Amino acid sequence: MNLASSLWLVSPEVFLSVSSLILLLVAAWSQEKAARLITILAVAALFGASTLLMALSHNPDFKGGADAFDGLYRMDAFGSSAKLLIYLAAILSLIVAPRFFQDGGKYRSEYPVLILFATIGMGMMVSATDMMTLYIGLELNSLSAYVLASFIRTDIRSSEAGLKYFVLGALASGMLLFGISLVYGFAGSTSFAVIGEALTGDLATGPLIGLVLVLSGLAFKISAVPFHMWTPDVYEGAPTPVSAFFASAPKVAAVALTARVIIDAFGGQTSAWQQIIVFVALASIILGAVAAIGQQNIKRLLAYSSINNVGFLLIGLATGTAAGISAMLFYLAIYVAMTLGSFICVLEMRDKDGKPLESLSSLAGLSQTRPGLAAAFAVFMFSLAGIPPLFGFWGKFLVFDAAVAAGMLPLAVIGIAASVIGAFYYIKVVKIIYFDDPADEIVKTGHKAENILIALLALFVSPLGYLMIPFIAPITATAAAALF
Amino acid sequence: MNQLDFPILSLMMGLPMLAAIICLFLNAQAARWLALVTTLVLFVLGAVLWANYDIGGPQWQYVERAELFGNFAWALGIDGISMMLIMLTVFLMPICIGASWESIQTRVGEYMAAFLFMEVLMIGVFAAQDIFLFYILFEAGLIPMYLIIGIWGGANRIYASYKFFLYTLLGSVVMLIAMLWMVQDAGTSDIPTLLNYDFAPEAQTWLWLAFFASFAVKMPMWPVHTWLPDAHVQAPTAGSVILAGVLLKMGGYGFLRFSLPMFPEASEQFIWLIFGLSMVAVVYTSLVALVQQDMKKLIAYSSVAHMAIVTLGLFAFNRQGIEGSIIVMLSHGLVSAALFLCVGVIYDRLHTREIDRYGGLAINMPKYAILFLLFTMASIGLPGTSGFVGEFLSLIGLYKVNSWVTLVATTGIILGAGYMLYLYRRVAFGELVHEDVKAMPDLSAREMALLAPIAAAVMWMGVYPESFMAPIRGDVGALVARIDRAAPEGDAHFKMGEAKPAIKDEAHGEAH
Repeated sequence: MNLASSLWLVSPEVFLSVSSLILLLVAAWSQEKAARLITILAVAALFGASTLLMALSHNPDFKGGADAFDGLYRMDAFGSSAKLLIYLAAILSLIVAPRFFQDGGKYRSEYPVLILFATIGMGMMVSATDMMTLYIGLELNSLSAYVLASFIRTDIRSSEAGLKYFVLGALASGMLLFGISLVYGFAGSTSFAVIGEALTGDLATGPLIGLVLVLSGLAFKISAVPFHMWTPDVYEGAPTPVSAFFASAPKVAAVALTARVIIDAFGGQTSAWQQIIVFVALASIILGAVAAIGQQNIKRLLAYSSINNVGFLLIGLATGTAAGISAMLFYLAIYVAMTLGSFICVLEMRDKDGKPLESLSSLAGLSQTRPGLAAAFAVFMFSLAGIPPLFGFWGKFLVFDAAVAAGMLPLAVIGIAASVIGAFYYIKVVKIIYFDDPADEIVKTGHKAENILIALLALFVSPLGYLMIPFIAPITATAAAALF
Repeated sequence: MNQLDFPILSLMMGLPMLAAIICLFLNAQAARWLALVTTLVLFVLGAVLWANYDIGGPQWQYVERAELFGNFAWALGIDGISMMLIMLTVFLMPICIGASWESIQTRVGEYMAAFLFMEVLMIGVFAAQDIFLFYILFEAGLIPMYLIIGIWGGANRIYASYKFFLYTLLGSVVMLIAMLWMVQDAGTSDIPTLLNYDFAPEAQTWLWLAFFASFAVKMPMWPVHTWLPDAHVQAPTAGSVILAGVLLKMGGYGFLRFSLPMFPEASEQFIWLIFGLSMVAVVYTSLVALVQQDMKKLIAYSSVAHMAIVTLGLFAFNRQGIEGSIIVMLSHGLVSAALFLCVGVIYDRLHTREIDRYGGLAINMPKYAILFLLFTMASIGLPGTSGFVGEFLSLIGLYKVNSWVTLVATTGIILGAGYMLYLYRRVAFGELVHEDVKAMPDLSAREMALLAPIAAAVMWMGVYPESFMAPIRGDVGALVARIDRAAPEGDAHFKMGEAKPAIKDEAHGEAH
């Protein structure tokens, strides 16, 4: 494989890198005046990368995937579909951002550029077939994310979120690196394929610890219990569009990356990783549900909701079957829509002076002051809770179907029973919106783009989403098959 | 496609769905009229359904199928049992809308939308021919009912709505896992195919328990019935009507459609559980009903007792028991709906459901007293009303299986007479002591129009039950044939006398 074709395979990343560097230069010279323009250009760049991605994945030469740079990077259906989801999530987070910052007068042109950098990192993560590529992608994403979390420098909560994220993220990266070095020491390579071949049969203690540490580092990135502690603080402190971004795109990247590591590198050690994933999945579901009950801040609540949902995603992963991975990808797509929708609804929560509101109680009686927004919020909440006929149910349905097919009945039963605990706080939000008397705080902002996005996302998770199943299911099935 | 060459069931679900969405954007009066017209049109469509139903024809009629969703299909079709329950739904819905005409004054558009959405789901549950479609529609009912109780309910509505939602959800989720397993085992999610698929007996045990958890809560059976009195008391009148009238029937329908035919061996295995819980329910909830001070609560507890008769009859494994149970379900749907409406009528006037605040209504509200008496009698099971037919049949069926259980279950009828007559005496008879009660006007034309059709249906079912039995006969026959292999042996055998020694014959022979 020569350099040209390798570069062609990574063209979405190359394109994004070049555009983001150009945008960075533009940003440096134009100061803050061009922030809006740069955002629009960044969205355009993401659309351009998506087009390249589509062209690549429909290219008959690369049917079934192809390796670039001697097996450091792999272009296949799995990575492409995850990347498409990441790009879409990034585009949505970019569209809603300027208005949020504008009202406080703090929007700067670095924001879209950082989002682009993070997106490049995520693209690397989902396509990595080597521990080194994995780490570089992960760090590129994380470093951008640390800065994004503390983007409002003057806000103490935002700075705290960034610092906390950075310190804990560095710790997690350390664990991951240590794990990688152990695995490398025992397998003799950083390539997933070679590791997979080397680690067969009974696992010695050394590589086992390496495996555990690698999974711990990744669990931090997907904010799975017991490495979830940073999530509520960071989501609460970070500016809302950033929280929306954190809850969607990096989750997709990290979950997809974990899937690839587990299947490709540790595929021969199912018994070793499976119990870890099962534990992490159940712990995330239960803790995400129980800890959310007492929350008064809507962003914290959504943070716990994301922890809870990651648990369900991991059930799909825990099966270790193609059906499970396919279910996980489908769930991810629905999850991104639900979470972004909820966060955009939160963005709409503003009082008369345009100050953002975050407490649950300010949602009271929303159904009487802003019925459309209230209905959309309720749809997202019921959907996150997995109540049919909303589309969120379908994600849960698929992962549980995969778990049952894999014979993991106790996991399925405990998981689904714990989902009822989660339902409690989701319907509590609906109760506040629909049953309580209006608090008269939230006023109409009338922001067209946000309203259109909310409407589109709500339509996707409404029962109409079921009509999309025949279109999405083949994509996720092909993507999952590419891993095996 | 079907006898009408037209997807009538999809139309019956699509029409109220469309109307529900439109209602959200209408003002109060327009929403009321739209809801009323839609539900009446659906009633007419239901009548068309019944009129064209081919009794003795194929088991599944009006079948339609569209492979819309990949893993499962939009598959609808009804047998006689489904059709009667759909009839019950479309019959009660216009009455619900009428009952809310004046009592609901806030957020009318959303209210009507919730009810119309509820109707979509109820028709869908009874018509679904795909097990996952069934589950989705079955569970989806939680959302509108949660909103109905929580937004338009009484003082303690928040607690009641949470309890309703979480109780029923917890009951149902394990059923989903069981369904996933079944579909993987059988390789199809088509209900008619699954009905004839034999699951391994040891698997049946677990599957049965998973389904039981869901349907027992929905039914509700003692001891998981506690959400029902709360939900009833707090729900608005029409909410109670639809809850008692149709939603509880989903539990019975579930037993009938899934538990019995799909897991006959397990059903036989757990017969003691059903009988035990039902016996407790009949006696215990009847006694609880006897001491209630709140009218709605009293009727709610009586519902639990009546539903226990349904489960007893269903698990009798014979034709009389099952047919009787279906008639009890239909009859209870009508009668309890009417009783809740009766409570609603006087609640609208005095804004209390406390029994002691009334008394002597027979003097100043004679029309009301007569209708209330009719429904009281029907609830007790007086011959000539619908209640008698169903209870009598299910008890006969049960007697064939276990005479002791029948003995206990029959006390429920006596106790039922006790608490219903006691209720009626305190509300309608006696002196008019309260000034405000004296001032209460008799039934308005609107209220008369709500109660009279139910009264007619109750009498019709009591006098000529054949109209209702004919469509279900074939389907019950198929069900009985399916579960016959597991049917328990009855304890009530006629003792055969000792065969007389054939002396006479011998004598005869010798004589020759």
